[in-house]
Amino acid sequence: MSKDYAVIGKNVPKIDGREKATGAAKYAGDLKFPNMLFGKILTSPHAHAKILSIDTSEAEKLPGVKAVITHKDVPALKYGISPARWDENIFCIDKVRFVGDKVAAVACIDEETCYKALKLIKVEYEVLPAVLDALHAMDEGAPQVHDEYPRNINTEIHQNFGDLDKAMAEAHYIRKDYFVGQRTYQSPIEPHSAVSIWKDNKLTIYSSTQSPHYFQYYIAREFGLKMGDVRIIKPFVGGGFGGKLEPTGLEFAGSVLSKLTGRPVRTFYDRHEMFAHNRGRHKVYMELTTGVDKEGKILGVHANFVSDGGAYTSLGVATSYYAGGLLTLTYEFENYKFDMIRVYTNLPACGAQRGHGAPQPKYAFESHLDNIAKDLGIDPLEIRLRNARQPNTVTINDFGINSCELTACLEKAADISGWREKKGNLPKGRGIGIATGSFVSGAGYPIYRNDLPQSAAMIKVHEDGTAATLYTGAVDIGQGSDTALCQMAAEAMGYRYENMKIIAADTETTPHDFGAYSSRQTLMSGSACKQAGEEIKKQILDIASTIMSLPPDDLDCRLGIIFSKSRPTAKTITFEEAARRFFVLRGPLLGRGVYHVPRLGGTFKGAAVATSPAYSFCAQISEVQIDEETGEVDVCEVWDVHDCGQVINPMQLHGQVHGALYMGVGEAIWEEVLFDDQGKILNPNLGGYMLPTALDMPIVHSELVESYEPAGPWGVKEVGEGATNPTMGCFNNAIYDAMGVRIDSLPLTYEKVWRAMKEKREGKKEV
Amino acid sequence: MSQVITDKHGIQHYMITINVNGDDYTRVVKANTLLVNVLRDELDLTGTKKGCELGDCGSCTILLENKPVDSCMILAIEADGKKITTIEGIAESSELDKVQEAFINNGAIQCGYCTPGMIISAKALLTRNPHPNEKEVREAIAGNLCRCTGFVNIVKAVLKVSEETNDKEVISNE
Ligand code: FES
Ligand code: FES
Repeated sequence: MSKDYAVIGKNVPKIDGREKATGAAKYAGDLKFPNMLFGKILTSPHAHAKILSIDTSEAEKLPGVKAVITHKDVPALKYGISPARWDENIFCIDKVRFVGDKVAAVACIDEETCYKALKLIKVEYEVLPAVLDALHAMDEGAPQVHDEYPRNINTEIHQNFGDLDKAMAEAHYIRKDYFVGQRTYQSPIEPHSAVSIWKDNKLTIYSSTQSPHYFQYYIAREFGLKMGDVRIIKPFVGGGFGGKLEPTGLEFAGSVLSKLTGRPVRTFYDRHEMFAHNRGRHKVYMELTTGVDKEGKILGVHANFVSDGGAYTSLGVATSYYAGGLLTLTYEFENYKFDMIRVYTNLPACGAQRGHGAPQPKYAFESHLDNIAKDLGIDPLEIRLRNARQPNTVTINDFGINSCELTACLEKAADISGWREKKGNLPKGRGIGIATGSFVSGAGYPIYRNDLPQSAAMIKVHEDGTAATLYTGAVDIGQGSDTALCQMAAEAMGYRYENMKIIAADTETTPHDFGAYSSRQTLMSGSACKQAGEEIKKQILDIASTIMSLPPDDLDCRLGIIFSKSRPTAKTITFEEAARRFFVLRGPLLGRGVYHVPRLGGTFKGAAVATSPAYSFCAQISEVQIDEETGEVDVCEVWDVHDCGQVINPMQLHGQVHGALYMGVGEAIWEEVLFDDQGKILNPNLGGYMLPTALDMPIVHSELVESYEPAGPWGVKEVGEGATNPTMGCFNNAIYDAMGVRIDSLPLTYEKVWRAMKEKREGKKEV
Repeated sequence: MSQVITDKHGIQHYMITINVNGDDYTRVVKANTLLVNVLRDELDLTGTKKGCELGDCGSCTILLENKPVDSCMILAIEADGKKITTIEGIAESSELDKVQEAFINNGAIQCGYCTPGMIISAKALLTRNPHPNEKEVREAIAGNLCRCTGFVNIVKAVLKVSEETNDKEVISNE
């Protein structure tokens, strides 16, 4: 921070650090209520099957079972989170669409009875042929996942900007490459849990959620309740990464079970069920064609993608638009065609995972760009510098870019990594790669159409001024928004962080906010908190002016001390004193803030997706060591340089880069959800699905460049997701630099590297 | 051996006594009751988390006779008569333990779900080896998965404790 701020820009201790370090923090699965029951969902063992009959009588007879429900006991209304495609039912009615689809549920006196009861429910299925391969989902005669969506097409996008044909005709060089991504899963360490309490026609749910608002809206809609009669409370949440953005069977089934039994019901997924519920990263098949001039300047790009959406839409419509939409951010080009089809398959549904839609296309594009650079004999850093996005520009698909320090990020990454000394001079087996990333600082439009503000906040100062409570619907899922927002509120108030308290988030007590997704809260919720703080300050200075007999314009407040700006030696008073007087004379001292996004984006179909008030940028360089015998990829060091605008809390900010990069590291080399030929997950556990451990994580250097974003409060913008985007491409480029082999599918496993080296040795494959 | 009680359905229950954070607790458990569930459900010590119940994630790490173990991999009856320390008992007084403090001050906590298990593993390491090198720290927490931090600041926090521990203290602690 360049300016002299009192609270922001500093590493204050995390507001909930002590609770979390002592084990006192309660997550949804830790909550207990008197008379509480446990609920569990029965899921389908088949990828695609007709339900012929369900017999619950044996389960009902088991002692300790309090309720057994199927589709007959719940609303038949379809739900989903992308409003364009509501395609899920609480329980399947006529058929199941993937291994893990919801069929029935039980409420019992304890967990063990739940598992026993589920075994006693008899479901008769007629197994149907399943679609397990996205590339054949559209084939004539392929089984239909949903009757309403012919050829299994869930989302189809055809966008055309500029004149691609002309650009290609004028290009000095054109290259086409094909890459394939993989299914990955968010894998938060906290499993999803919910406690539902339906009493007197009011429904209260404690849930591990990223968005109390969307939960409230969609749950109220499903049960025909008024939104005001549905209360969603977010306890501590153990990570989300996109997977906890939409309500699940836990809330829907749990609510009905609670209504029927009149008791609180705690529902939960075990690790296996989390993988089945999924909503993780889509596997995308990506063909890229790019035309460049002699200098490597990009003239036009055609992105042609197919993605495997799984059995339901989840957030997949947005994911699909993001996949191509965000490709225009980091490099400037004027001609672009984006074709995309998201297909249904009989596999778990995919949704939004950290970096929403962007990381796999970015992996493909960064690998593709390196291929072009090599073909033209241009240094990979140089080709990126030549094409790098500049500030105050508009992308071809109408995203307005304010601040953008991508060039500075590239230069700094090159400097701190020693790129120019290392490139071309490393011993065989060792390589260095580069890639860039960019991301939104909050989605410009909410998930379902509405005119609510993005964020609202409220501050209440304690009657004697010794504490202030920030009420916000913003959701801390670990990223530290509670801390950052309290810093911002305290700064705006002229108050002390140490005296801040926070209530977040509870739809009954906190004002509306859309929640934690699309890296939106520091900018959007932060704007609302800043405004609320400023309103407090205005009132406190007003009352102080009567106490101090000085005009309010001459007063300011900093760290709880109110002073005269023109007369630095004049007597000061404390915030507490003024606040107390305020309460005595005028009642509660409250501040309110609200943030609306200005209208953004173009008018073409899908123009709203990936609009944002601001975009972050980053450059990553990595150095790898490849074992020529085994193909083992050892990532030695990674340098990430981020343009995230101004910084509220440096320690938390770098923590976000570390975490986003960590997810990229896992997805780059190890992580993949695997299926057998019946659509069953082969590795639905943390032993088989390989999250990197502390031993696998490379040395990370996270650095920033000076930047100020005019659209953000105090100049802030995104940091939580952007660092996931470059990582896979960056590693792939480093592997190429080390061994001259190009891995065209994710993850970049040791085996694939080994095979590619073998093929290269045997002269089978030319890159 | 623990006392066995057979209920009216013929199911055997075992009376066990475990010493948790310095206090003895006697409970009646079944043969298949996991230690993690006794701690969380019977004693309300929910600081010990469950992330997988398969021994993969380390969220349920506790000290059993001063050794870090996954409490989801241990039957309650196996712990009969043993001494257990959970995150709630890691600090000797109402002050924080140095490891807890270092986690807070070095940004080692994000969502906090892995934190109790991570702190227990770190504490066990620092007790047996007050000055570990980075590799030893990484090895000691390799069984504790964290999806938020990339381990960067966790490793830093543990090394910080080692740096700030002078050897006199170590000797007098032993
Ligand atoms: S819950 Fe015990 S290791 Fe994961
Ligand atoms: S802090 Fe979230 S899992 Fe470690």
